[in-house]
Amino acid sequence: MISQFAPTDIGPPHYWDKMPEMSKKNYGQWQYHEYLKPGVMKHVGPAGALYTVRVGSPRLLSIETLRWFADVADKYCDGKLRFTSRHNVEFLLEDESKIDALVEELEGAGWPVGGTGKSLKNILHTQGWVHCHSAATDASGTVKAVMDDLFEYFKKDDLPAKLKVSMACCLNMCGAVHCSDIAWVGIHRKIPRVNDAEVAHSCEIPNIIASCPKAAIKPNPKAKSVTINEEKCMYCGNCFSVCPALPIADPENDGIAVFVGGKVSNARTAPTFSKLAIPYIPNEPPRWDTLVQTIRHLVEVWVENARKGERYGEWIERIGWEKYFELTGLEFTDKHIDDFTFSVKTFHTGNGFKFTK
Amino acid sequence: MAKARPMLDELKKGPWPSFVNEIEKSAAKNEQAATLLDLLEDSYEEKRVHWKHGGIVGVRGYGGGVIGRYTDSPEKYPAVTEFHTIRVNQTSGWFYNSEDIRTLCDIWEKHGSGLTNMHGATGDIVFLGTTTDHLQECFNDLSYAGWDLGGSGSNFRTPACCVGPGRCEYACFDTLDFLYNITQAYQTELHRPMWPYKSKIKVSGCPNDCMAAQARADISVLGTWRDAIQIDQAEVANYADAGFDIENLVCGYCPTKCISYDADKKEITVDNENCTRCMHCINEMPKALHVGKEKGATILMGGKATIVQSAFLSWVVVPFMPMDKENDYEEFKDLVEKVWEWWDENAKVRERLGELIYRKGMAEFLKAVELDPIPQMVKHPRENPYYFWYPEDFEEKDGGAN
Repeated sequence: MISQFAPTDIGPPHYWDKMPEMSKKNYGQWQYHEYLKPGVMKHVGPAGALYTVRVGSPRLLSIETLRWFADVADKYCDGKLRFTSRHNVEFLLEDESKIDALVEELEGAGWPVGGTGKSLKNILHTQGWVHCHSAATDASGTVKAVMDDLFEYFKKDDLPAKLKVSMACCLNMCGAVHCSDIAWVGIHRKIPRVNDAEVAHSCEIPNIIASCPKAAIKPNPKAKSVTINEEKCMYCGNCFSVCPALPIADPENDGIAVFVGGKVSNARTAPTFSKLAIPYIPNEPPRWDTLVQTIRHLVEVWVENARKGERYGEWIERIGWEKYFELTGLEFTDKHIDDFTFSVKTFHTGNGFKFTK
Repeated sequence: MAKARPMLDELKKGPWPSFVNEIEKSAAKNEQAATLLDLLEDSYEEKRVHWKHGGIVGVRGYGGGVIGRYTDSPEKYPAVTEFHTIRVNQTSGWFYNSEDIRTLCDIWEKHGSGLTNMHGATGDIVFLGTTTDHLQECFNDLSYAGWDLGGSGSNFRTPACCVGPGRCEYACFDTLDFLYNITQAYQTELHRPMWPYKSKIKVSGCPNDCMAAQARADISVLGTWRDAIQIDQAEVANYADAGFDIENLVCGYCPTKCISYDADKKEITVDNENCTRCMHCINEMPKALHVGKEKGATILMGGKATIVQSAFLSWVVVPFMPMDKENDYEEFKDLVEKVWEWWDENAKVRERLGELIYRKGMAEFLKAVELDPIPQMVKHPRENPYYFWYPEDFEEKDGGAN
C-alpha cells in the first residue's frame, strides 16, 4: 500500500552545479576548440581549457557500469561527466596530465575512446527486440555487429567528413534515420493480418482508418472490423500502432532497408533527407553478416571516392545518383522510384544525366 | 542452471561495448534482467519481438512519463509480465555529477531491473523495466531526490538541448538556461497528455544543429546571428602557415561564395550581407573565425519523421528572434502558446503540427499565429496560380482607391 505521494511538477534539477568549474568560468565565453586525438577535445576560454574524453557506449547501460563511470569521473574529473545526443559518455577534466591515464583506464576496461571530428560517430539507435512491440529488426544487435566491423573508423578522424550513421527498428523512426549519412531501418513486406474479433473488441475503427497514409483501410461493418486493400498497403505499420489487433510482424519477411545521403547540419548544404539505397536485406541474427558487409562497402566507396570535406550525401550530389549506383554496384529497382505522397519532384527533368555502364 | 544463450553469446564478441554484457551485469542481481536475456535469445532464434503494446500505467497526478510494457508470453517469461519504462527528465546538456549518477542508480536498483538507456532519443534518462507496483514508489524516491519524470503520449515531450555555452564557442544563445526555463514553464503540458498528438521542442545553439532539431522537432530552435562573422587575421595566418588549404577547403565549399582568401596577405574577407551563416568556414577554422555578436535564434516548425504523410524538415517561421533571458523568453513563449492553441483546436487525432500546416496551408497557419509572410519562409514562391483572396484583401484595396 502506497502511503504517500511525492511532489509533482518539480522538473529536472538545475544544471549549473552539474557542470565542471571551467564550464562555469568560461560560460558563454568559449573561444575555440581543438581535436587533440580521436576522442579527445580541448575547449578554450579566457579562464583556461577544459578537456573532454569521449567514450562510445551501446546506450543500454547497467547501473553497475554507470557506477563505474561515476567512480572514473571521481578519480580523474572531480566527478564531472556528461552524455551526448549520440549515446556517448564524456569525461570532463581540467588537468591535461591526467588524460592519458584516463584514456588507458577506459580502454583497458573495454570502453573505446573516439568518435570526434571527421570520424564515424556512435550509431544512434532504438530499442529493437530488447523492449519494443513494433520492431521489425533488432536495434542493439545490428548496431553492435556493424560497430564491431567499422571499429577502426570510430578510432580515427581522417575521413572525408564526419560520418553519422543511424538505425531505427521500424518506420516510426524513433532514431533520426531520415536525415543520416547512412542509415538502416526495420521494414515489413506483408500486409497486417486482421483479427476481426479483437478489432471489434479493442480498437477504434475511425482511428484505424485515419492512421493509413494510403487510404487502404475500409470499414467492415458486418464484423465491426476493417478490411485492408492489399494493392494499396505499403506496410508502414501505423495501423498496428493504433490497433494491436492488426499484427504486421512477420519473421520470415521482415528485414532491413538502407538509406543514404541525409544530413541535418546547415554547413555548406541545406539539411537533406536520406534516400533509399537498398530496399531489403533479410534479418540474419545474431551477426547480420549481409548488413555488416553492405554498410562497410558503402562506407569504403565513399572514403575512396569523396573529396576531402564532402559529407556522404554531398559527394553523391556532386557525382550524381546514377554514378553512385554504378560505383557501389547497387541494383536499381522499381522500389527506388518514389510513388508516395511527394514523388513528382524526385523525377529527373531535362536530359542532363550521366550515362553509366 | 541458466539457459544456454548461443545467439546472444555471439554479440559479446568484438571490440565495441556489448549490450549483452550490460544486461548480464544486471541479470546477476535482478530476475527481470535475467528473464530479459532468455526472452531476447528467443527473439533472436525466432526473428520476432516478444512484447505487446503498452497499457495505461502511471503515477498519481501524471498522464505520461511511464510507458507500459508487457511480454506477449507471460507464461514463458513470468518475471517480465510487466516490464515498464520510466522516463526521467535529464538535465540541460546532460551534465551530471558522479553523485547524481549514484543516486539514480540506487533508486533504480531498488525499484527496477537496473537497466537504463543513457539516453533515449527524446533526451530522457530511460529506466528500462519494472513492475506496476514499483511505479509510484520509484517516482516518490526520484522526486524526493530532486528528479522528475519526462513526457510520453500526446503531450509536450521532454525537450532537449545541445551543450551550448557550457562548452561550445558556437552557442548563439544560452541553450542550457532556455531549456531549463521552458521545461519548468511547461510542466503541465509535459506531464498531462491533452493534445491530438506529441509535440517536440529541440534546441541547438548554432546552425550545425547537433540536436537534429530540424529533423524531428515540431518546433526547432536553431541559434544564429545577424551581423558579421568575427575574423582573427593573425589566426588565419597561423592556419596558412601550418599548411591548411584555406582556398579549397574553406572558400571552395562556401555555398554563397561570400568568403575570399588573399594568399599574399594571408587574410580572409567575408561579404556578410550575402552569407547564409552555414557554419562551414567557422567549423573548419574555429580559432580564426567566430559567430557574430548580434546573436539569437531562428524558429522553424513542422519537423517530423515519416509517419503518416511524409517526413518533414522544419520550415522557417521566424528568421531571427533575440533569445532574451532577462525577458524570460517571452517572445518565444507567446509564439509557442499560439501555435499549440491553433494545433490543439484544429488537428485530427495523431496529426503532428507539420501535417496540420500542410493540410490547412501555411497562409492559414501564419494568420492564426499572427505572423507576416516574408521571403525567408520559402525556397521560392509558388509555381501555380491557385491562391485564395480574402474579404480583407478587397477592403484594404477599396479603402485605398476611394
